[in-house]
Amino acid sequence: MKEFKILAVVVFFTLVTYYLVEPFAHSQMHKHIESEGFEYKDLPELTKKGDAARGQELVMGAGACLGCHSMEVAGMPAPMDPVTAAQSYGVNPPDLSNAGAVYDEKFLAALIQNPAHALMVEHKFDAEKGQMHPMVPFYGAGGDLDQEVADMVTYLKSVAVKKEELTSEQAFELACGRCHADHYAGWTQIGKTPTFKKEQDELKFKTQVLDYQDSLKAYMGKLPPDLSIYIRSRGAHYIETFVENPQNYLKGTAMPRVGVNEHAMEKVVEYLEDSGDAKRHERENVGKYVMIFIVIFALFAFLWKKQIWRDLH
Amino acid sequence: MAHFEKATSLHDWMNQRLAVDTVRRVMAKEYWIPKNINFLWAMGMILAVTFGLLLVSGIFLLMYYQPNVATAFDSVNYTIMKEVEFGWLWRHIHGVAASVVFLIIYIHMFTGIYYGSYKKGREMIWISGMLLFVTFSAEAFSGYMLPWGQMSYWAGMVITNLFAGGSLHADGLVEWIRGDYVPAQAFLNRFFMLHVLLLPLAILGLIGLHFAALRIPHVNNQDGEEIDFEAEAAKYKAGNKKESKVIAFANDFMSKDMMVVGIYLVFFFYLVFFHYDFAMDPVNFDPADGLKTPAHIYPEWYFLWSYEILRPFPADPGLVAFGFAQVIFFALPFLDRSPNAVPAARRGAFKYWFWLMLVDMIVLTGMGKLPPEGIFSTIGLVAAIVFILLWIALPFITKKEKAL
Repeated sequence: MKEFKILAVVVFFTLVTYYLVEPFAHSQMHKHIESEGFEYKDLPELTKKGDAARGQELVMGAGACLGCHSMEVAGMPAPMDPVTAAQSYGVNPPDLSNAGAVYDEKFLAALIQNPAHALMVEHKFDAEKGQMHPMVPFYGAGGDLDQEVADMVTYLKSVAVKKEELTSEQAFELACGRCHADHYAGWTQIGKTPTFKKEQDELKFKTQVLDYQDSLKAYMGKLPPDLSIYIRSRGAHYIETFVENPQNYLKGTAMPRVGVNEHAMEKVVEYLEDSGDAKRHERENVGKYVMIFIVIFALFAFLWKKQIWRDLH
Repeated sequence: MAHFEKATSLHDWMNQRLAVDTVRRVMAKEYWIPKNINFLWAMGMILAVTFGLLLVSGIFLLMYYQPNVATAFDSVNYTIMKEVEFGWLWRHIHGVAASVVFLIIYIHMFTGIYYGSYKKGREMIWISGMLLFVTFSAEAFSGYMLPWGQMSYWAGMVITNLFAGGSLHADGLVEWIRGDYVPAQAFLNRFFMLHVLLLPLAILGLIGLHFAALRIPHVNNQDGEEIDFEAEAAKYKAGNKKESKVIAFANDFMSKDMMVVGIYLVFFFYLVFFHYDFAMDPVNFDPADGLKTPAHIYPEWYFLWSYEILRPFPADPGLVAFGFAQVIFFALPFLDRSPNAVPAARRGAFKYWFWLMLVDMIVLTGMGKLPPEGIFSTIGLVAAIVFILLWIALPFITKKEKAL
């Protein structure tokens, strides 16, 4: 029994030390930011019920979305390659095929009407000072603006992949992958690194990536970090809350609010886990068996000790 | 040449050539251990097991790690973690063991201090143990550099800067140690060599010395009782195991060692599989960037107490205090002037000294991680001064102690 008392003392001081060094120190060094639940409360609710057919006309219409954006699902390829697009806009405008699955509908509606506001980059793009956001706001096709925006959002949602079919790579590409690389997943800002037959092809691809990164650097102020093991250096909570509202962490950052919905965020985290913590399933699985083995070992060691010490006491 | 007979068995064959029976008798069967020692005396065995885990996992990591500033980070975080089968397991075992080994070393040290196991002929055990502690610290620090993460790099920068000696400005010495103006390729190669060859070799030698230091004065015991080992061993050998105050190392104490090791391994592997990140600072998962200083630079938890003795003072006194903290534990057997080698609870003012020292070091550890601002800075300064005062007071309070 005396040994249990000693053990309790040892455990107590160990836990106090652990508490001071880990939970307490981290609470003092990093402010905790609560998740906003991807509700985007500052953006107005959609009041009108959209019509997908009307939306299609607006999205496809002259001078609307497809002037800059591609839409593979509707057979509309990108008007420019990513490098040229980045040279024109700073960053390659996303393909809209799955925008309806990845972005929140309130966010999409706000984005169409006032991109700088929805993206929370008004400190950088102030129209009154002549600093226009590269995405042009939609001023309406002549009818009820709210109705038109609702139609467009409805159309985008109707063509996008179903929720359960959205892959982690699709979510990552739309949410992060045009600014951030993830070289552990083979991802560059202009897409997945292909396998090359000839070194020339590889060098050509690398040159394109570097050219794209130059435009991006000029647009963002610095090259956004590689996200390969952000899941380990930052953790899921940090990433989720950062994506939801970057201004909460870095006031004035050039990183826009991404506007993803909660499901797409889960997919993004899954992508980051596959890249930065790839063996997590194997670890948990092997861990179970090793724990069972060790507990049995400890049990036998205990029985052996009992047997031997029977003669000693 | 000696006379050999035809062996009757493999055992006999070996016995004639290697004296296995004699070795077993001297090293295990008749290596006498006091009966009244508790599980804290099994920490040595736990350390040996943990060191074994570090050595084996380290060998596997060494097969894939690349000591190059351009590839080191990815060789650990990509190649070992993603491409090598079970690379993650070896890395997590290595990472967790490197941290846990210090927890056990501290428990081992404080056990020694509490029971007075550094006194009365056991000074060499203490000194060789402290040498092991210092070498282990260097081993841990050099290993921490290898993944070339942000904290590795900046910890390397901060610690090597200490060698400039404050206002001495021995910058040439710092550059000589680094082999460059900043931590770079030469620095990484040197630390790699230290970590995988020179320091482990020194540790192995010191473990041998530490064990040897134990053989003649024998292990201390829970009551600080002076045991006549020969007389007690005679009782044991005569079959009076119950009356004898000693037991054999094998299998008697070893069975208890193994039980404690078993329980320890449950805790250890729980950490490896389900809480590996407790030992790894997230900042170190950002690649080293010499142009971007982390918001806070702090060492691993086991160095925080001595870091905090350095930090709250101005540069020069800070360095002196830091140097003092590094060496003062070596002098413990000579600063403790009481004739008693009994548990702290039965001693005079030392009873309070022990717990104050323990709590003070935990406070220093806590403050060492926090940014040196406001109240934390003040608490750190007070704790650092208390640490120094406690050591200054030690010879005086122990001198007054009455012999038991």
